[in-house]
Amino acid sequence: MDAEDRFELDRATWDRLVEHAWSDFPYEVCGLLGVRPDGEIVHYPIDNAERSMTYYVMDAKQLLRAMREIEDEGYGLVIYHSHTHTQAYPSATDIRLAAYPEATYLIVTLQDRDRPDIRAFSIVDGVVTERSVLVRDEQVA
Amino acid sequence: MPTVRIPTVLRKHTGGEGQVSAEGTTVGEVFDALVTAHPDLEEQLFEDGRLRGFVNVFVEDEDIRFIDGLDSPVGADDEISIMPAVAGGMA
Repeated sequence: MDAEDRFELDRATWDRLVEHAWSDFPYEVCGLLGVRPDGEIVHYPIDNAERSMTYYVMDAKQLLRAMREIEDEGYGLVIYHSHTHTQAYPSATDIRLAAYPEATYLIVTLQDRDRPDIRAFSIVDGVVTERSVLVRDEQVA
Repeated sequence: MPTVRIPTVLRKHTGGEGQVSAEGTTVGEVFDALVTAHPDLEEQLFEDGRLRGFVNVFVEDEDIRFIDGLDSPVGADDEISIMPAVAGGMA
């Protein structure tokens, strides 16, 4: 994989995503991330309007606010949700409803309770391409 | 004239434009003008004359489902945002 196929996130963001996934377990959680040009990541947790174990719909108004900020600030768009009982791979419904070709889609899975995982994908016109996730540990000077 | 924010996924139907101005005093009128100028948008936005379920539309910050749908009033300086829903699941 070359650099374009890689998605980098910092350890703190990884931890926040896993923590968010646990926060409403066994319901699916969702949200957006904005990636700044310097690589720093801004987190926008968004309510799952369905509060379901198998389905998510981002609260429309929270989505609007977060999406507008990400677009106006020129951040890279990341869309994430959790799977609590299945692997971190887009479902047929996830793929059918994916309407943001410019986004990186992250899925956080708690399927293995002791080893949460996060995987990254592009979904363009129904075609899923996995990207490798690189977790950047904070540099200790 | 009101402006309409077009999401990336639909910009291939507006010649790449992310914001388009269109005349109208309701969301329905603005969308009629928008679709007349960019005919490929029609089936992206509408199904049997009604807005598709997975398309969110806002006037300024208000979801038109909680105003008056396509009859929601639009001021001359208002911004209408089209925002595909973000959703998924196992079903």
